[in-house]
Amino acid sequence: MGKKNWLILLGTAVFICSFPMLVMKIKAVSHYVDVMVFAGIFTLVCIGLSLLMGYAGQISLAQAAFFGIGAYTSGILTTKFGIDPWIAMPAGMILCGLVAWMIGVPALRLRGHYLAMATLGFGVIVNIVLAEEVNWTGGPSGMADIPTLRIAGYKITSEIAWYYLVWGIVFCALIFCLHMLHSRVGRALRAIHEEEKAAECMGVPTSRYKVRVFMLGAMLAAIAGSLYAHYVTCINPSSFSLMWSIRFMLMAMVGGMHSLWGALVGTVLMTFVGNEWLGMFAEFEILVYGSILLVVALFLPGGIVSLASMIARRREKRASALEDAGP
Amino acid sequence: MIMAASQSNGPILRLECLEKRFGGVAALQGIDYEVPGGVIQGVIGPNGAGKTTLFNCISGMIEPSKGRISFEGYRIEGLAPHKIARFGVSRTFQHVALFKKMTVLENVMLGRHPRTRRGFLAAGFRLPGMRAEEEHIRKKAFEYLDFVRLAHLAGLDAGTLPLGKQKMLEIARALATEPRLILLDEPAGGLNMRETEELGDLIQEIKKLCVTVLLVEHDMNLIMDISDRILVLDFGKVLASGTPAEIKENSAVVEAYLGMESGGILM
Repeated sequence: MGKKNWLILLGTAVFICSFPMLVMKIKAVSHYVDVMVFAGIFTLVCIGLSLLMGYAGQISLAQAAFFGIGAYTSGILTTKFGIDPWIAMPAGMILCGLVAWMIGVPALRLRGHYLAMATLGFGVIVNIVLAEEVNWTGGPSGMADIPTLRIAGYKITSEIAWYYLVWGIVFCALIFCLHMLHSRVGRALRAIHEEEKAAECMGVPTSRYKVRVFMLGAMLAAIAGSLYAHYVTCINPSSFSLMWSIRFMLMAMVGGMHSLWGALVGTVLMTFVGNEWLGMFAEFEILVYGSILLVVALFLPGGIVSLASMIARRREKRASALEDAGP
Repeated sequence: MIMAASQSNGPILRLECLEKRFGGVAALQGIDYEVPGGVIQGVIGPNGAGKTTLFNCISGMIEPSKGRISFEGYRIEGLAPHKIARFGVSRTFQHVALFKKMTVLENVMLGRHPRTRRGFLAAGFRLPGMRAEEEHIRKKAFEYLDFVRLAHLAGLDAGTLPLGKQKMLEIARALATEPRLILLDEPAGGLNMRETEELGDLIQEIKKLCVTVLLVEHDMNLIMDISDRILVLDFGKVLASGTPAEIKENSAVVEAYLGMESGGILM
């Protein structure tokens, strides 16, 4: 998958591994480990979304709904049926994959933003079902006492253990996606992004590929939802509302949606902004989000990760200008 | 080494009563024509005669309103373009449609898509055989780049090439799908004399691979030189067809062109 990506991956891994040791020492920021667990969970949701937006040029407003389906599948299967969480998680994935397929096939066969509309409707429906099916989901107050995960008989309870588990899964997902993007499949996705008609004439089944990316995003969101349910142990529908779908979109956009690294950077940053630094705005939070979205869309359409390449290009230009000026 | 396609006798492409209407405008009105396998088939006609519409119908980008298109005996009209590509029909575009931010090599590698099969899971998990397939795609892509003499530019972004080279790259990408019929839509448009000559040689080499060439072109010297047969369209109808010599003598054709342009163009 290219030397550059391996280096970035290695650097990120070193940072993620050492992060808890750094922040645990300082009392004022020791809860950042907890924030980073959420950031990791949200990163799983945003990776798939950024692939969908960046490569298939489609918007999904149902990421929070798939996140919710994953969470509630785990919640219901483990509390009501006593099924092992490690079986509930893939069950949620399969369910989300199937649902995404059913929405995606008709919506993605048409050109235009039909997927955005279809997923908008679907997200609202899921939220209503979660709030109304009181017998299964506990209704608006949600469900509690979801068991935590166990590995080889040991309960995972400490924040640190959750931190490494979640980020381990995030890295597996990143490696999966990087491998995929640097292969025949990734070439086809990039080709669709650049010249859809030409890609189709060169034998790429464009709508099928878009559906697959959408399904991949839904399944990653399901894993995230399951992790979320087992981590916080009590869930309610408000965590899976349309507002969250928009937040996920914002996270992917702020980081830069043409790059997986953008999804990672944007999500971590926006999770900290949302959880830690926006408290003082309280009710006006939504205004702040709107302004951030506007500023990014207008001045930094490539997201934060595009800053790095912009700086590199500028430096190159300056260097060549100096050379020209020389004797 | 690029292998020559196997060749069967009889027409490779058959058009029957082919019609295409855009609202009230009939772009193609009842085309009946057969293209024999292994030839260079020129298609000419004044602007708006329906040449590009014909190409779009054959490659599946638009669906004909009526009529049949058979490729090697299989009906292909109305199929999705990616399915037609799998059947063995490939094309280039009048306005170059390369993947500009992908490298020259990646553009040709993408052309291998219909001849390879590993999907999302195999790619994501690096299942066995994935690396070998990728290596094979790369090797094949270099063969096609060699064929159009662009191998030395493999690592550049396709969008940075000059137009002449972009047109050659499009041909390489189309050939990489291993077509038995290739549609070239004005490949000489925007090329200088020397580049046009090279293009003519290249098209004759394509013919040697037993790939049938359907060629829409405005450069009359080129098309008269290299075509085995020529089809003349006018207002969506077949005006004439035959060898280049016959077309030059055909009074209806001469008149159609004389009426529009300065004449002498066919001489």
